Amino acid sequence: MMGSTNQTARTEGGRIKALVTWIDDRFPMTKLWKEQVAEYYAPKNMNFWYYFGSLAMMALVIQILTGIFLTMNYKPSAAEAFGSVEYIMRDVEWGWLIRYMHSTGASAFFIVVYLHMFRSLLYGSYQKPRELLWIFGMLIYFALMAEGFFGYLLPWGNMSYWGAQVIVSLFGAIPYVGDSLTEWIRGDFFISDVTLNRFFALHVIAIPFALVFLVIAHLMALHEVGSNNPDGVEIKKVKGPDGIPLDGIAFHPYYTVKDMVGVGVFLLLFCGVIFFAPTMGGYFLEHANFEPANALQTPPHIAPVWYYTPFYAILRSVPNKPLGAALMGVAVLLFVFLPWLDRSKVKSIRYRGPLFKFFITAFAISFLALGYLGMQPVTPAYTMAARVFATVYFAFFLLMPWYTSIDKTKPVPTRVTYHAH
Amino acid sequence: MTEEVDTGRRHFLTVATIATGAVGAAFVAVPFLASWKPSARAKAMGAPVEVDVGKLEPGAMLKVEWRGKAIYVVNRTPKMLGQIDGLDSRLRDPGSDESEQPAFARNPARALKPEFFVVAGVCTHLGCAPIEKFTPGDVTVSADWPGGFFCPCHGSKFDMSGRVFRDVPAPTNLPVPPYRFLSDTRILIGAETGNG
Repeated sequence: MMGSTNQTARTEGGRIKALVTWIDDRFPMTKLWKEQVAEYYAPKNMNFWYYFGSLAMMALVIQILTGIFLTMNYKPSAAEAFGSVEYIMRDVEWGWLIRYMHSTGASAFFIVVYLHMFRSLLYGSYQKPRELLWIFGMLIYFALMAEGFFGYLLPWGNMSYWGAQVIVSLFGAIPYVGDSLTEWIRGDFFISDVTLNRFFALHVIAIPFALVFLVIAHLMALHEVGSNNPDGVEIKKVKGPDGIPLDGIAFHPYYTVKDMVGVGVFLLLFCGVIFFAPTMGGYFLEHANFEPANALQTPPHIAPVWYYTPFYAILRSVPNKPLGAALMGVAVLLFVFLPWLDRSKVKSIRYRGPLFKFFITAFAISFLALGYLGMQPVTPAYTMAARVFATVYFAFFLLMPWYTSIDKTKPVPTRVTYHAH
Repeated sequence: MTEEVDTGRRHFLTVATIATGAVGAAFVAVPFLASWKPSARAKAMGAPVEVDVGKLEPGAMLKVEWRGKAIYVVNRTPKMLGQIDGLDSRLRDPGSDESEQPAFARNPARALKPEFFVVAGVCTHLGCAPIEKFTPGDVTVSADWPGGFFCPCHGSKFDMSGRVFRDVPAPTNLPVPPYRFLSDTRILIGAETGNG
């Protein structure tokens, strides 16, 4: 008996090996696995901040999966959209869960992406040679903002309607072509069935396609230059006799296991929101969106979802239409230029001087403050506060060439700092 | 013919092929981009609408929909009409020189008949629907408020003739749509001539 079991195992193992060889002769399966995962050497000192890249990927997968199932019951027409969302919530088996996963997933995606971006600011991950990696990342962020905006119109609630009205009207601020441009985007003289239908197409096909492509480009660029780390030390500079960086460890199994812990914690919090606070007090799903779109009635207090509010606060702090729209656009675009605005010799905040630490703290505070102010109603005091914080926000970027070049930096070690546990 | 590769010719042919392909791609892009313009059906649905103001009480406002926009019709009392006087220094465009309206509405009352004020409820900032705040001194706007329209989105303010105040984001006055009176109490919105 024993002999025959071993015999079977041996032949089964042999068969699998033969299958792998068969595939490898026709498709670089093992080669890809080794290059991208099993023999991709990542710095051994990556910390908490390095969870958010893999979590962003998981958020994308959640959004695509739940999105596919939502489209099976959603109707992209002005007459039926609001009702079909109610139908998903009340009549479709587990429809409420799938929709809450999608709506919570949108906010979770942005939380994770903002933390992922802030990590890059902390450790100078955008600096040479990772400029393109950073630009691909920023393109992902822009695509994500577009994706969120198009998706927000789909429930056809009153906040959906007026949010789209405001954002599309922003293009009207462009001189000469503005009015015809807004008409072209809407495909009508107002936000209508036509607009909803095309936003649906963009939300479920065009932008997700671009997102997946950009994520692949982002990962390819990452694996080409290698991951940065909390010390901002290039681990490729010190290699062992086998050609493997001395401070590098294989992504699999070391970081796959680490990231699984991150996924566990993330899902715990994610489920907590879905089951106990799906609207998150109006921050993830706005209350004004529980009534259908009404072209005659703007909600008394209109604010975008939280992830756009820092830029929205900048927009409305300017008492001039084209200038406000332009400043909002610039506020988003400035991130792209960080690799060239930063003149520091060091990457990581660990070796940066007091000036950078001061500016990045001021920036983080102003970003959060603008995010808060963007949700509040318009009052003179709030507008003034938004102007102050917007100034700090822009100062972080525009003064960066100055303060990073005169800042007193500390010497950077040749190897990463690492304490075994 | 020589055995050597003519790199100059090869380069020319490569560039010519790319250029021809690019022109072709640009032509093919036109129908796709043009398909985003308002369709024939969308254009046809912008016909004028008729509104009866016979039952609109003095001081009251009604809303009708024309081309998907809210059109406000206010029956202004003499007191309300008085609220538009003496504001010129606080307004950005008191003479309606840079604003959108039919020629007949380029006056302080911005109307054919001063008592009936017809205006598009579309803020010239980013298109929200301004709220009626007709009571002077309404503290929800400001203590020196003369009465008018207030946009809840970004705080733009307009007087009782829809004229924009200074120091707000909206650049111009609320647009007045083309309209005409079919009788004393019936207004045709969307056309200055004809019966709609």
